[in-house]
Amino acid sequence: MRYRTPTKNALGLGSAKDGVHHWWMQRMTAIALVPLVLWFSFSLISYAGADYHTVTAWIGSPLVAVLLIALIASVFYHAQLGLQVVLEDYVHLEWLRIASIVAVKFVTVLLALAGILAVLRIALGA
Amino acid sequence: MHTKQRPLSPHLQVYRPQITSAMSICHRISGVALAVGALLLTYWLVAAAAGPEAYAGAQSLLGGFFGKLILFAFTLALFYHLCNGIRHLVWDTGHGFDMPNVYRSGYAVMIAAGVLTVLVWLLALIFGGA
Repeated sequence: MRYRTPTKNALGLGSAKDGVHHWWMQRMTAIALVPLVLWFSFSLISYAGADYHTVTAWIGSPLVAVLLIALIASVFYHAQLGLQVVLEDYVHLEWLRIASIVAVKFVTVLLALAGILAVLRIALGA
Repeated sequence: MHTKQRPLSPHLQVYRPQITSAMSICHRISGVALAVGALLLTYWLVAAAAGPEAYAGAQSLLGGFFGKLILFAFTLALFYHLCNGIRHLVWDTGHGFDMPNVYRSGYAVMIAAGVLTVLVWLLALIFGGA
């Protein structure tokens, strides 16, 4: 008797329970980061030495604010996915591996939220 | 059943270093370094949101000698990881796996990462007064 329904094969999630989600999102964030990182790096050339008001006016302009939020979200999502793979490979104590992966998730989410809030504060003039 | 604690994959010490394996581990090392360095992105934005004094503090920290040294290393790691990441994305499509192309793309990544890093810092020195 087969206990598995056809749904199991249709979902195709396998033993990891999330199928290729991790792998796929690592590639999606990587593709997003290519133009975002190049744009940010070359923009910083002219704003690195600029005064406070010039920099905040740049951060707060609508297009820049949106791109910065996209950059922050992609950076920390991509960082979390990458660090998870490294921890899975090198931390052999099970409790420590799980604890460090959870800790990395929490820290990256907090850093992303802090960065996004900072951009919104500047953009919305709080 | 009791199993002996033995080294698990990846154990690098049994292989002689080659450009392929060295670039692979450098992708990981640069990735971890960039994850830590991403703290600077948040710090810079939070300082800018906190006000002129906090931003001036961040400016003097990042614009100082050690700040610039860290930012330069960050830039190099960033462009290496970006270029080698594109190499990985091409591999994901199933192309470029034959050895001559693996070496060719490897050298291209190293040159591109070096050129981008030098270009950004040269332009920053000329136009940004960094």
